[in-house]
Amino acid sequence: MRRYARLFLILFAMSLCGPAFARDELRIGVAQYPATMHPNIEAMLAKSYLLGFTQRPITTYDQAWELVCMLCVELPTIENGGAVIEPLPEGSEFAEGVAITFTLQPDATWGDGTPITTADVIFTWEVGRHEESGVVSGEGYRRILAIDVIDDKTFTIHQDRVDFNYNAFNDFGLLPAHLERAIFEENPREYRHRTLFDTDSTNPGLWFGPYRVAQITPGAEILLERNPTWWGEQAAFERIRLIAIENTAALEANLLSGSIDMISGELGLALDQAIAFETRHGDRFHVLYKPVLFYEHLEPNFDSPILSDLRVRRALLYAIDRDRINDQLFAGKQTVALTNVNPLDWMYAEDVMAYPYDSAQAVALLEEAGWHEGPDGWRANDAGERLSFSIMSTAGDRSRELVEQVLQSQWRELGIEVAIQNQPARVFFGETVQQRLFDGLALFAWLSAPESVPRTTMHSTMIPTEENNWQGQNSSGYRNDEVDALIDAMEVELDREKRRGMWQRLQEIYAEELPALPLWFRSQAFILPLWLNGIEPTGNQYSTSLWVENWRVTD
Amino acid sequence: MTGFLLRRLVETAILLALMSFAIYGLIGLMPGDPIDLMMTADPTLTSADIARLKTVYGLDQPLIDRYLAWAGSALQGDFGYSRIYAQPAAAVIGDRLGNTILLMGGAFALALALALPLGMLAAWRSGRPLDHAINLVAFAGISMPQFWLAILAIILFAVILGWLPAGGMGDGSIGGSLNHLILPVVTLAIASTGGILRYVRASMREALRQDFIRTARAKGVSTARLLWFHALRNAMIPVVTILALDFGALFSGALITETMFSWLGMGKTIYDAIMGNDYNLALLGLMIATALVLACNLLADLAYAWLDPRVRYR
Repeated sequence: MRRYARLFLILFAMSLCGPAFARDELRIGVAQYPATMHPNIEAMLAKSYLLGFTQRPITTYDQAWELVCMLCVELPTIENGGAVIEPLPEGSEFAEGVAITFTLQPDATWGDGTPITTADVIFTWEVGRHEESGVVSGEGYRRILAIDVIDDKTFTIHQDRVDFNYNAFNDFGLLPAHLERAIFEENPREYRHRTLFDTDSTNPGLWFGPYRVAQITPGAEILLERNPTWWGEQAAFERIRLIAIENTAALEANLLSGSIDMISGELGLALDQAIAFETRHGDRFHVLYKPVLFYEHLEPNFDSPILSDLRVRRALLYAIDRDRINDQLFAGKQTVALTNVNPLDWMYAEDVMAYPYDSAQAVALLEEAGWHEGPDGWRANDAGERLSFSIMSTAGDRSRELVEQVLQSQWRELGIEVAIQNQPARVFFGETVQQRLFDGLALFAWLSAPESVPRTTMHSTMIPTEENNWQGQNSSGYRNDEVDALIDAMEVELDREKRRGMWQRLQEIYAEELPALPLWFRSQAFILPLWLNGIEPTGNQYSTSLWVENWRVTD
Repeated sequence: MTGFLLRRLVETAILLALMSFAIYGLIGLMPGDPIDLMMTADPTLTSADIARLKTVYGLDQPLIDRYLAWAGSALQGDFGYSRIYAQPAAAVIGDRLGNTILLMGGAFALALALALPLGMLAAWRSGRPLDHAINLVAFAGISMPQFWLAILAIILFAVILGWLPAGGMGDGSIGGSLNHLILPVVTLAIASTGGILRYVRASMREALRQDFIRTARAKGVSTARLLWFHALRNAMIPVVTILALDFGALFSGALITETMFSWLGMGKTIYDAIMGNDYNLALLGLMIATALVLACNLLADLAYAWLDPRVRYR
């Protein structure tokens, strides 16, 4: 009897410990579930993360922010002869184009055993440039004038212009022609609803990465299993489970309870949550921080008479103690920004005008601009108008709300009145920022790629107006002819050193004129189990999952 | 009775048609559309891309035309595609409704099972320590924020004790789903029990003061029979009205609980659809929630006649 009692106690204790998982499965908590699994329809971080495990782009930016081949064998460049500048017929938008020849990995195969060939490239291009296919960013496909098939694995792309990014095909998400062509040709307009990526997501023929989708619970979980036809190095785990838990407190609880092994940095905890988590549970998990290309800034509306004055913008920036905010709120994990160029980018310039915290300088600039402190402590001009404006951001974003409160308090000390007026993200981004309805400053972030030319955010033709149907993302309304010329020139300049000079000048102008008040580049936090190694965040928009075969279990 | 039912059904159909127009209009009037949201996610989108996508998604058409197109398809059983789930909206709602019925049905049954006897007991012992104790528990349930209760439950049962999963839907097996249901059901039930209990208590106190109760007592009817068969039936008429409203609302889901426990129910789905500008999904979800509220109220009307034979339908 006593023996049975002991056995019962052991079994009971084991049941309390929860299910034991072998290390052949990795369960990753993510805060978002992809709306679609189609590589080229909708742009979502959750989808990019999934596709990193299951597909490979032709090229990508790696951890050193260098362009590298993933599905191609060798990166074609003008220097190695893989790309050739060619004249375009008269009447073309540009005088010259470029012919780029790629060779696909010889062993690259879809998960059903069908080889990946140039037929898939052609099909992807056809879908991408079709007006009704629903592909989100069609510009890259429409720039392709023709694709010459050389053999099953080699093709030459003819582009309608020469820009320095000519050989970057990072977003050319390959589609399986042998499965998708018939569906697309039957009804291109309905293709986005009928694609097998969403109607038959576990079809192995859709995937060609180290993993393929084996099972899905829509909205909740995606089970990936090793792809037997993967040509590269074998990944460490038999299975990977992506478990979507939108609430970050619940995400944390799931990690602590052992329901998930790690929280992805790309789609996980906010930085302040991760710092608090590390303080409490740093002995059980490895928290990896990586500054990324999310440029957090304050966008002034140049239609505002107050903020169109450069002296006021400079005073506002001098009056913000960004280092202290970073230390106090983010444990110093963010990178304070000088301009919109990330310090990890090769063309980053350090020798531009900087704005260290200097309240005396801020006061002097405000006085010079005609804003004098009155007996009530607030500044006003000679006409009696108070130095007052609003700051707007996304309601519910705790970090931004905290930052706004600190800014309000730091500016109040100088007699500047700031009202915080936050809105739900869809209203803020969908209308307020897009239609330039903010009367003061808008606090938000831009996500960009390595060496991203800021055409959409700084070029004067990109100011959203009613006439252009609110297109463009230069929401501040900033205009500078020299900036426009620099942007136009740097896009087509192939010489890296010449481009460096242009970038240098652009950053100088940015720092001097402050088209936006730079705050910092956000950091991502990866919460990893102590036994997992090899995850190396890129800091750019390309996911760690693209290098999943480097992830290793260590005891 | 048949005439009453037919009339109510016609009224329901008209109300649903009006509601569909109102909901479609309200969603359409909200700032931003799906393409605006795509623009914020992908700064590389060009003006040409945006114009093309607006045409593909039909957003270049006037709102009334889009509504009429939707209504025409809906009458033929085609409720369109959900943009944020890349599936037919009816399929998404079908799955979520099943999950919600499991979650909310379980919570409702548990809340009822607790609130009825406790409410009766509190009314029977009105003003005494037991009544005060039950009231205290009821107010605690009403006033405790659901997200806080959910976090506490997760920390205690999933993190510290490790008895139950912290969230999710399980592996699809009955055992797995039940295991995942326990915490959200209990959390929701605690929040609902207090409210129902207070209604039952108030209504029972009123019923226990009636002459027929005194007569029944004088005739020597046992306490249990007095409470369950004489007082409760009479006390249930106002409670049924409240329960019908609550039960109908249950099908629109519980946003906070579903979010905290990653339970794929109607509440979270409708919320995501509205925030993600998924017209088809939001519309269908809200329509179904409306229809169920109306159906539950119809059932409540029918229940009145069962509870009180003096009620007649005309």
